[in-house]
Amino acid sequence: MFPKGTKRKFSDSREEPVAGGEDVNQSSLAAVRMLSSYSLQRQSLLDMSLIKLQLCHMLVEPNLCRSVLIANTVRQIQEEMTQDGTWQIMTQALSAANAAAQCSADRLVATEVLCRQTEAAQGEQVPKPFPVVGSEGCPAEEVLEEEEEAAAAEVGMTMSTVSPQAPTSYLPGTFGMDPCWEEEETGEDDDDDDEEEEEDSEECGSGSEGEERERDSLVEDTRTAEQVFGTFEIKNPAPSPDPALEELFSDVDASYYDLDTVLTGMQSVPKMGPYDLLESLSSHGPSPLSSSTSCRSDLNELDHIMEIIVGS
Amino acid sequence: LCNQTHKSDIISTVEFNPSGELLATGDKGGRVVVFQREQETKSEPQRRGEYNVYSTFQSHDPEFDYLKSLEIEEKINKIRWLPQQNAAYFLLSTNDKTVKLWKISERDRRPEGYNLKDEDGRIRDPSTITSLRVPVLQNTDLMVEATARRVFSNAHTYHINSISVNSDLQTYISTDDLRVNLWNLEITDQSFNIVDIKPCNMEDLTEVITAAEFHPQQCNTLAYSSSRGSVRLCDMRKQALCDTHCKFFEEPEDPSTRSFFSEIISSISDIKFSHSGRFLMTRDYLTVKVWDLNMETRPVQTYQVHDYLRGKLCSLYENDCIFDKFECVWNGSDSVIMTGSYNNFFRMFDRNTKKDVTLEASRENSKPRAILKPRKVCVGGKRRKDEVTVDSLDFSKKILHSAWHPQENIIAVAASNNLYIFQDKVT
Repeated sequence: MFPKGTKRKFSDSREEPVAGGEDVNQSSLAAVRMLSSYSLQRQSLLDMSLIKLQLCHMLVEPNLCRSVLIANTVRQIQEEMTQDGTWQIMTQALSAANAAAQCSADRLVATEVLCRQTEAAQGEQVPKPFPVVGSEGCPAEEVLEEEEEAAAAEVGMTMSTVSPQAPTSYLPGTFGMDPCWEEEETGEDDDDDDEEEEEDSEECGSGSEGEERERDSLVEDTRTAEQVFGTFEIKNPAPSPDPALEELFSDVDASYYDLDTVLTGMQSVPKMGPYDLLESLSSHGPSPLSSSTSCRSDLNELDHIMEIIVGS
Repeated sequence: LCNQTHKSDIISTVEFNPSGELLATGDKGGRVVVFQREQETKSEPQRRGEYNVYSTFQSHDPEFDYLKSLEIEEKINKIRWLPQQNAAYFLLSTNDKTVKLWKISERDRRPEGYNLKDEDGRIRDPSTITSLRVPVLQNTDLMVEATARRVFSNAHTYHINSISVNSDLQTYISTDDLRVNLWNLEITDQSFNIVDIKPCNMEDLTEVITAAEFHPQQCNTLAYSSSRGSVRLCDMRKQALCDTHCKFFEEPEDPSTRSFFSEIISSISDIKFSHSGRFLMTRDYLTVKVWDLNMETRPVQTYQVHDYLRGKLCSLYENDCIFDKFECVWNGSDSVIMTGSYNNFFRMFDRNTKKDVTLEASRENSKPRAILKPRKVCVGGKRRKDEVTVDSLDFSKKILHSAWHPQENIIAVAASNNLYIFQDKVT
């Protein structure tokens, strides 16, 4: 089921992006190193931004302009990381970290809820490219260059990640889900197509080989990420034109203090928004909210794997 | 010499009144200090034009918002003078939430000889009064009083960043991150919301208002800037709610310099109409741009304030300096513009000669009547004598606020808790 290469932890993939690539030639190696240095910088920028958002002054209201600019930066990084698949790796690692802190009882309880949730979500979120929906269900929200495919091809990856049916379009919020789905379901290898796709933006995708393997092998990531960020679609089932942003910034209620409360320091109910990632990242005792979501996410992962195997 | 900088003494706004006779500063502690220019006297010509303290008062006090459990800072964000219409002076001062109209007036007389109270103010026992007299005005030492004549409160959910008096002298606008409100100077319990960019779902918020100003002559026109680097010009005659703009000023992004910080450094920190009303100046993190109101596609001039910081944006993001809001000012004739930088440097750009100069506001370098020496930041490898390297710049010393006398070449520059006033040398 898993391709050649070990399943990597997030930190490892960051530190040794090129290890294990026997087929790599020198120029690709250098390119990958450069790209991974960029990834490191980008990652550290993301971490810095999240910390800034987290450190809200508790006494005085924080500067809204500053918060909005930082949140936009986070969003920008997240979009880019989604394009090259690093996002789902990170979220998978986060959920794994969170899951490790859970007791088993939670898992049992969550199963039923999880299943219901899935169906509900599928029923309501037509645009969401769930596994059963297939490629047709993916709206061409954004046509994104598959930089990671090109990079993967560069380093001699055997796995292709795009099928001709899915028009290289997937939503940032789905964290690279479509290509994985397509690949698993159709089983096609499209190395040729991949190599032809050129990177014309200055920001290359991560292209780190370890990350590519990670992404392909951990199909369940997609669901995980969704669960971590998107469970609130249940509570807020209105389909949004941009599920990606909605997942990241989904919030249950447009209360008067909405973003205010989040930005002003996590008062009472921690709203899930761009800031739920903060809670995931900070491994000091996840809030009840995020802990239960990660439990569900684990079980949902299994569901998805089963579905793939069964070929629904 | 006490070098300790009290946080509350940090100057947060500087503004000349329309005649240039008065200069007001507001600080973090909620105080306003008004300076008055000395009258020229033949006997002491060298003291011409010195500014001395005229009045000091506590404009705003810290408050507590019980609903949000947050403090409301007393820091004065902006001061704007009203043109003088009688013997008294009026200014608007604002903190994050409340605008106040202050009247500053002189008193050099006071009534004396009351019947019912004695000179100390103690009430007299009426049974002891045997005769009546008429109180008489007596000359006293000059007293300058500041009284709050209006308090405009409870109209802003977010932090007020700008106030601007209309040329009709009857109304003014106060602007926070998401809204612009129009007030009548006489009415404190009502304000009209004329711009509202708050999205239905706050999670969709990606842009805030950073500054707003009325056109200096057209009382129906106002401009507001955004954190995305755009300026919108609105005409209040078109509709009550100015959510749709008449003009939209934005320069397309240069793709070659795109980075994760592009948006942040494009955020406009200040806008100022030229005195003529023909141009609009915007300040973003690295540049000052002059726009012709008739051309929306790009500015007519762009001035690099400290482009050497472009390579340091990541560090400046880390230490939050990238969010510093620098102001910019025109001189009286709109021929020179000025803005601040780090290391207590400030920059002036002559729009006609295209020359620019970097000056420093510091005690060591400014003795009275000494000529300011131009400074230079060394960007290349070799540092010349007197040049300052980028790495040695002190980012804690920033000149965010400055003002230019409306007619003469006198500038006021605020460097943390110090105010520097520079004048053209009199030949």
